[in-house]
Amino acid sequence: MVQKLDNLRESPSQTAGPYVHIGCTPNFTGIDIYGADLGTVMKTGPVKGQEITITGIVYDGTGTPLRDAMIEIWQPDAAGLFPSANETRGTADPNFTGWGRSPGDMDTGEFRFETVKPGAVPWPDGRMQAPHITAWIVARGINIGLHTRIYFEDEAEANASDPILSRIEHQNRIPTLLAKKTGEGDYRFDIHLQGPHETIFFDM
Amino acid sequence: MSPVNTRPKSGGFVPRDRDWQPDALTPWYKTSVKRSPQAALLSFPTTLSEETSPVFGHGLLGKLDNDLILNYAKPGESAIGPRIIVHGRVLDEMGRGVPGALLEFWQANAGGRYRHKKESYQAALDPNFGGCGRTITAEDGSYEFRTIQPGPYPWPNGMNDWRPAHIHFSVFGHGFAQRLITQMYFEGDPHIPLCPIVGVLKSQEAIDALTAPLDLHHTVPMDSRAFKFDIVLRGQRQTYFENRKEGM
Ligand SMILES: [Fe+2]
Repeated sequence: MVQKLDNLRESPSQTAGPYVHIGCTPNFTGIDIYGADLGTVMKTGPVKGQEITITGIVYDGTGTPLRDAMIEIWQPDAAGLFPSANETRGTADPNFTGWGRSPGDMDTGEFRFETVKPGAVPWPDGRMQAPHITAWIVARGINIGLHTRIYFEDEAEANASDPILSRIEHQNRIPTLLAKKTGEGDYRFDIHLQGPHETIFFDM
Repeated sequence: MSPVNTRPKSGGFVPRDRDWQPDALTPWYKTSVKRSPQAALLSFPTTLSEETSPVFGHGLLGKLDNDLILNYAKPGESAIGPRIIVHGRVLDEMGRGVPGALLEFWQANAGGRYRHKKESYQAALDPNFGGCGRTITAEDGSYEFRTIQPGPYPWPNGMNDWRPAHIHFSVFGHGFAQRLITQMYFEGDPHIPLCPIVGVLKSQEAIDALTAPLDLHHTVPMDSRAFKFDIVLRGQRQTYFENRKEGM
């Protein structure tokens, strides 16, 4: 016999279900207890860097938009600093929260974030990663939240040397991780849970 | 710099145990069939993007945010149903309390009805029950809130599927890698082994991990029963010897 490891197991995940919005964006469903829903505003004042919008839709394997999903994003400011207690490299833009949450439009499912173009952040070995936003998707029928990343189509040079993008075996799937530029400061990032355009999801 | 008398640096998060966590595709839970990615997940160690997380201060909270019996009720009235206190700790896999964790919870009313436009169950709405609350864990990772015990409800999946009574939880820890949504069930509920959503859990141990026992020590006599529900988030390594460049 050996000593027992006293580690605990992570709580198992369960689906967010069809009513995640009651708990996470109650005002969106007409329940006014807290005032504003968390994560609707990412810029609380004048921010540094390029202001951008990201819109998209989450599609299921039949190409039908999800209208009961919740999408969250998390990112650094324009200088690559996170507004987080765990950020030790400097102080992030005080007018930027870094975190956004969108319930998607009740009828179309389209989500929308008004944010800033993120700065680059280092990989653990010190190389720089391409600018990216972490995204997390939950919904009815999703047993455990899906992590992905939003990179930018117009950052070709940085993308080419990114430690993750350059190691992806199926290079033809990389476009599923690239936000497409649709206008000055406007990006489109659709998410496909299944099918020929299935988004790359991460186990980080 | 000598490591003596300095705190070890925070390192990466322990990888998620995908043999323990539910799979994406669970055909008996029908909605998962077209909403489950088919390709393998791309595995990478956590980076700063996942090791950081937004900060939610206690100042965010209103006085009744953790009291679902009162937070939607008209003055002098309260929600209908068995009065309960749910309490526990948010821990990491190393057993350390996680302070400052934002918990958001939502649930059906005592009749099993949600307050939502798309909800069609015939059970009555309770005019004094909204169905959501939130709190932030204390220094030791502990939390509590007061609510009514939700009712089981039918849902369209098989012809006669019922959800056990449950409370949904959304949890933020200290890194976005820890982001978790789960559900709490109640000890002794006969619907637990019958439910296809509970059925995505891979072992009895996993079901037990989400089943809250009655906790008589925390009841308020003649007022509210209590149930204990601990939540475990992914652990973050803390070591002097993390394999990364200085300053990262
Ligand atoms: Fe539910």
